[in-house]
Amino acid sequence: MTSLAEIPDRAPSRTRRHLVYRHGVATRLTHWMNVLCLAVLLMSGLQIFNAHPELYWGQFGADSDHSVLAIHATENGDTLAGTTRIGPLVLPTTGVLGASKVDGDLVERAFPAWITLPGYQDLATGRRWHFFFAWLFVINGLAYLLYGIISGHFRRDLVPDRDQLAPRHVLQEIRDHARLRFPKGEEAKRYNTLQKVAYLGVIVVLLPLMVLTGLTMSPAMDSAFPWLLDVFGGRQSARTIHFITASLLVAFVIVHIAMVLLSGVWNNLRSMVTGRYAITPEGPAA
Amino acid sequence: MSIILPRRRFLSLAAAGAGSLLLGGCDELSQNDGVTAVLESAEELTMRAQRAILSDRSLAREFTEADLSPVFRSNGTSMPDGEAYAALLESKFKTWKLEIGGLVATPLSLSLADIKALPSRTQITRHDCVEGWSAIGKWTGVPLAVVLRKAGVAPNARYVVFNCADDLEQSLDGTGRYYESIDLVDAFHPQTLLAYQLNGTDLPVENGAPLRLRVERQLGYKQAKYIMGISLVDSFTALGSGKGGFWEDRGYEWYAGI
Repeated sequence: MTSLAEIPDRAPSRTRRHLVYRHGVATRLTHWMNVLCLAVLLMSGLQIFNAHPELYWGQFGADSDHSVLAIHATENGDTLAGTTRIGPLVLPTTGVLGASKVDGDLVERAFPAWITLPGYQDLATGRRWHFFFAWLFVINGLAYLLYGIISGHFRRDLVPDRDQLAPRHVLQEIRDHARLRFPKGEEAKRYNTLQKVAYLGVIVVLLPLMVLTGLTMSPAMDSAFPWLLDVFGGRQSARTIHFITASLLVAFVIVHIAMVLLSGVWNNLRSMVTGRYAITPEGPAA
Repeated sequence: MSIILPRRRFLSLAAAGAGSLLLGGCDELSQNDGVTAVLESAEELTMRAQRAILSDRSLAREFTEADLSPVFRSNGTSMPDGEAYAALLESKFKTWKLEIGGLVATPLSLSLADIKALPSRTQITRHDCVEGWSAIGKWTGVPLAVVLRKAGVAPNARYVVFNCADDLEQSLDGTGRYYESIDLVDAFHPQTLLAYQLNGTDLPVENGAPLRLRVERQLGYKQAKYIMGISLVDSFTALGSGKGGFWEDRGYEWYAGI
């Protein structure tokens, strides 16, 4: 598993576009399994959220308690209006959040049918999907972590190199990203600093946070590990953090896909399927 | 226009097609028996994993009076229908008797006064609804273990079934009647109570008067309200639709630890 290492004999020239072996087979398999798991977990998670579309902070929280977020529908004449309240801020979100169309009719539902799994309202089935794929996600994630540590993938490919941490380098990268100028030549053989920080943030912070806050919502897990309640400040806080972290993951995926599209969609897709990534030489002639 | 699509355009179209197929297909998958059987297999994995890390003595967190929910939300039935329950309520449950039978050495018939005379336990715990909300309440009741020991559990008994007074769904054949079941691991857990008080007063009707179950390491729908009878069985497949409870018969997990 020599990721990011050059393939001998297939890169005869530094001046021509050539393929390097970028992603090991374990990285590629776990990546696509993760795509499947996160898609199902998000959609079934929104189905579960729809069963009680309010979020609270603390140990308890139900209808009569103060909520930090609420997505509801209100009667508006003979039609429905969807509203989303975040803290004191009330936003009209008819059509998407609170009230959206099912078979042409506006109905009350927090998240719309096209993004929940199943599309129709069914908490029991949403939970079945969610927990089956939660297991798959955890097993897949553990396999990836084990591989990443043992193979040196994390140390070699994801931890920023010393030179990448220099403020001047980071500032230059931010400027380049803003202009959509992506690394070429030797520099394209490693991830850039922003990329490394984003990937590590997802792998080390967001995904483990998803699992831990998910487990904190389980009364059985809270009995086995009561410290979970102290870490997250209660089951309802954990539920809110679960929702926020899921939102951050969605934001990451949007940026991730945007970067894939902007920096060469076919090259990126090929490298995550076959492992091989084309390096474009530096210089104006390339 | 050429009917031969350029490869990249073809791939883009294929990807878009697969996406919409996936979205439409998810609902079909959710209703496919083979798919749901696979999805449901996670329940046993969850139960085995949670039982492996939970000891019989692992307690749900107990809170203080300061942590109580100002309003303890009522869910499901808030007033059982029917003349039988109305008559019990009218008598202030003086005519109510808890029948304990099935696979026991000595079937029991206990009045509310009998139950209140048994050793009691008071605990402030969090009630977690499957929908996502939680409420903290103070429960007083007799540990289920005390009642089960009094009746004497037969060696072949595996589950404790709670028969309730409320019909959560209108039905002619009785399948709308609420019932629940737990295994002996949870039944003998020290925090598993037959509760007759909430927050220091007699259990209100909307919270399950005269008696409800507290099984603190599982979700709210396991906490059967309006208990009329308790039955020890070796299998619950002959009851209701065979899944061990009202909500279980409607697709929810029998083991509701998460």
